[in-house]
Amino acid sequence: MARTIDTIAEEVRTPSPVALLRRRIFGHYGLVFGITVLLVIVLIALFAPLLAGHDPYAQDLAARMKPPFWMTGSDPDHILGTDHLGRDYLARLLYGARISLAIGAFAALISGIIGTAMGVAAGYFGGRIDLIVTFLINVRLAMPVVLVALAVVAVLGGSLQVVVCVLGLLLWDRFAVVMRSSVLQVRDLEYVNAAKAIGCSTRRIILSEIMPNIANNLIVVATLEMAHAILLEAALSFLGLGVQPPTPSWGIMISEGKQMMLFEPWVIAIPGIALFILVLAINLLGDGLRDVSAPENKG
Amino acid sequence: MSEQATASILELAAITKTYQVKQGMFAAAKPLHALGGVSLRINRKDVVGLVGESGCGKSTLAKILLGLEAPTTGKVLVDGAEIGPRERRLLARRIQPIFQDPYSSLNPRKSIEDIIALPLVVHNVGDHASRMQAVTKMLDLVGLPARVRRGYPSQLSGGQRQRVAIARALIMKPEIVICDEPTSALDVSVQSQILNLLGDLRQELGLTYLFISHNLAVVEHLATRVAVMYLGQIVEEAPAAELFAGPRHPYTQALLDSVLTPDPALSVPDTHLGAAYPNPISPPSGCRFHPRCAQARAACKTTPPPHVVGAGGHVDCHLYGAATN
Amino acid sequence: MSDPILSVHDLTIDIPMGQGTMHAVRGIGFDLKRGETLCIVGESGSGKSLTSLAIMGLLPKNLKRAASRLEFARIDLQHQKPRQMRDLRGNRMAMIFQEPMTSLNPAYTIGDQLEEAYLLHNKTGRAEARARAVALLGKVGITAAESRLSQYPHQLSGGLRQRVMIAMALMCAPELIIADEPTTALDVTIQAQILRLLADLQREMNMAMILVTHDLGVVARIADKVAVMYAGEVVEQGTAQEIFRHPRHPYTRGLLRCIPVPGKTKPGEHLGSIPGIVPSLIGRMEGCAFRTRCDVAEAACASAVPERHTETGHAWRCIHENEGHENEGRVPA
Repeated sequence: MARTIDTIAEEVRTPSPVALLRRRIFGHYGLVFGITVLLVIVLIALFAPLLAGHDPYAQDLAARMKPPFWMTGSDPDHILGTDHLGRDYLARLLYGARISLAIGAFAALISGIIGTAMGVAAGYFGGRIDLIVTFLINVRLAMPVVLVALAVVAVLGGSLQVVVCVLGLLLWDRFAVVMRSSVLQVRDLEYVNAAKAIGCSTRRIILSEIMPNIANNLIVVATLEMAHAILLEAALSFLGLGVQPPTPSWGIMISEGKQMMLFEPWVIAIPGIALFILVLAINLLGDGLRDVSAPENKG
Repeated sequence: MSEQATASILELAAITKTYQVKQGMFAAAKPLHALGGVSLRINRKDVVGLVGESGCGKSTLAKILLGLEAPTTGKVLVDGAEIGPRERRLLARRIQPIFQDPYSSLNPRKSIEDIIALPLVVHNVGDHASRMQAVTKMLDLVGLPARVRRGYPSQLSGGQRQRVAIARALIMKPEIVICDEPTSALDVSVQSQILNLLGDLRQELGLTYLFISHNLAVVEHLATRVAVMYLGQIVEEAPAAELFAGPRHPYTQALLDSVLTPDPALSVPDTHLGAAYPNPISPPSGCRFHPRCAQARAACKTTPPPHVVGAGGHVDCHLYGAATN
Repeated sequence: MSDPILSVHDLTIDIPMGQGTMHAVRGIGFDLKRGETLCIVGESGSGKSLTSLAIMGLLPKNLKRAASRLEFARIDLQHQKPRQMRDLRGNRMAMIFQEPMTSLNPAYTIGDQLEEAYLLHNKTGRAEARARAVALLGKVGITAAESRLSQYPHQLSGGLRQRVMIAMALMCAPELIIADEPTTALDVTIQAQILRLLADLQREMNMAMILVTHDLGVVARIADKVAVMYAGEVVEQGTAQEIFRHPRHPYTRGLLRCIPVPGKTKPGEHLGSIPGIVPSLIGRMEGCAFRTRCDVAEAACASAVPERHTETGHAWRCIHENEGHENEGRVPA
């Protein structure tokens, strides 16, 4: 009887779920680290104009390829040096955070709406709707994301909006899969039946009985897909098919630095590390949220 | 109105429910007759105990009564008026459920007062203040302290949760409550409290119960009438006192024999139910109970049993139909 | 009489938790002889299942087990290496769990699993294991045993699966069998059959059996000895006759008043109940754990509670003698 231990614990008067959640969040170091780093990056992106000190587009051909502060010959005015057109590397990095976060957030939002709608519909109604959605998910999984994105961007031309839309329309599969199975788990629980017996409309049952109980899964998938979108944007931009220069995207920065990679490795190391830290923070956040909200942790 | 008091408040007329079941990926779907023509009349203020083994269709019947599933054929009549499958909201005001597992019957993300008030919100009854007043009344009625109202289900014990479920079921003042194994997930000492509460509420509010349970001691304690189900059919129905004093159908007899009363002088009974519960996809011919029946005769294997109406009840069995011979 | 096959003295189980240590089982003890059936009865959280897991050495790693004596057939279970425990488990002591659906591996046939249980502990060929499997399936009342061997668990009904579980537990002819709520997931008709089967086999094979359950009806019908657990303690222990005819502890009496007994409780009349909730087992406990729910509690209950005995071995922990056979009239004679 695995339940024994739970029930003993349950007899002990438990604190409210909110207090429990707070305790669990702050007890999870990965989650706290992820949140902190992500928060710092978001603040940097918001206040980029104040922090940068330079216009990320301003070229200064006289001061090209200045090395960053830890190397000899660095310019104290350009802490992270300048690129091959003499643009301040720190300013471009900070403004680049905006692009990455915006693309990650909006792509996750669009794909989240599409995937959740499809997954919830398939899980709740089942039958033919489920068959259709499952088929669409399989079709989508059969398409290589990068190739499709490349083709679309090649046809429509690259811009922030196009990249967001393409990624948003391509990354909904995991949302749909996870939401579908989450709904299947919750759908037949007795409180859903109770709500039906009370006379709740289908809309109310989905929105107020089912969604709050699967929202944790949704948040976890959203963070992972956000990280996924950020990496894809960088990849597309690197290939020249994402956001177009001179926009300061981290992918473009890596792309532009690749000719000098062997002589000036910092040129790609700096945006590369930034990308790494951002994606790591988001993934830690997602993992942490999953651990914190996992049912087996429930008081 | 005086005539209505004795008329049946709820009537099931020849309800059948058939599911299409696939056994294997490429097999053609086969019909599973979960309910094969169930007729039952429930009078006002009765407690009808519905007993039978798992898979006999009692939960399907409960779902149909609650409007969660539509019958394949047959009618549900409330106060003599037919209730169509689309009238779930109408049904909800009159029939409410209490489910088995108080751990899954309450939405874990909602506060206790929101859970209890939900039926009022859904049916647009009153404003927020009057709803909260109604919640206070219900908490008092089911014996919960007022302080739990802002709590969440995870903070309550099993018995307290079941009280919340009862409060939610009763806040719309339904006439009929479908209790689906309401105490089988609870500890013995809590079970008796909930049974007492259900008994008191029935007296106080004049409720009618359909009480589904596999615990025959509990059914005997609470029910005024008992219906015994086997493989989607009601094989015997009678006033509780009569049925427990003199069970007629061999299956009812076997069920009663298997009840373990706490008497250390007795050993475990032999129920003589030889074969296993049959597969409802291919039910036995004739009387569906014949493979397990110790008193089966030749006719039982071929002919469906007669519907023998006796004083106050009925039994579907060849043993009693052949009385004319 | 012979020595007890199982001897448990002062068994405690502690569960470390965020807010402190939970004393889930607090100093319980009992002796069990060959051929005897002990029923451990209690409500959820009483520690009855943990006790059975502790004897089998199957407690989760973070739980701490301690006892002044924990012996099975004169083997000190507290100082057995994990490998030695594995040799005992399934071989000389076996366990039957509540849920026959999840206790069998769905990926293997019934035959494979039965034979495996035998071959793990016996250096013999598969043929012999197979013969024994067929014999035992027959013994637990499964017809056409030969053909059942090649079936998978999902092809069997719940009752049949529980019979297979029992056959599996018996493969190595254990001396002790522990059944944790073996019939709770089954229908009443099947429950009676399975209990009968267990009782018959136990007598026939002269095993000692511990049956963990919350169902007083099961206890009354099958037990030689009964241990009533409450909040991690055995509050009363005695023969089934003593417990059901002359219960001494207020909790046992309360439990017996809670269940409707056909013929004795009038339909519709109020059942007895035990108000209140189980106390928290976290931190130190003083006095009687039941005193907050007890109708004969006194101030003295907050300090040490004596363990009382009759000369026949009926024992209970209460400051009262509780003479008077208050429950006598309620159980059908």
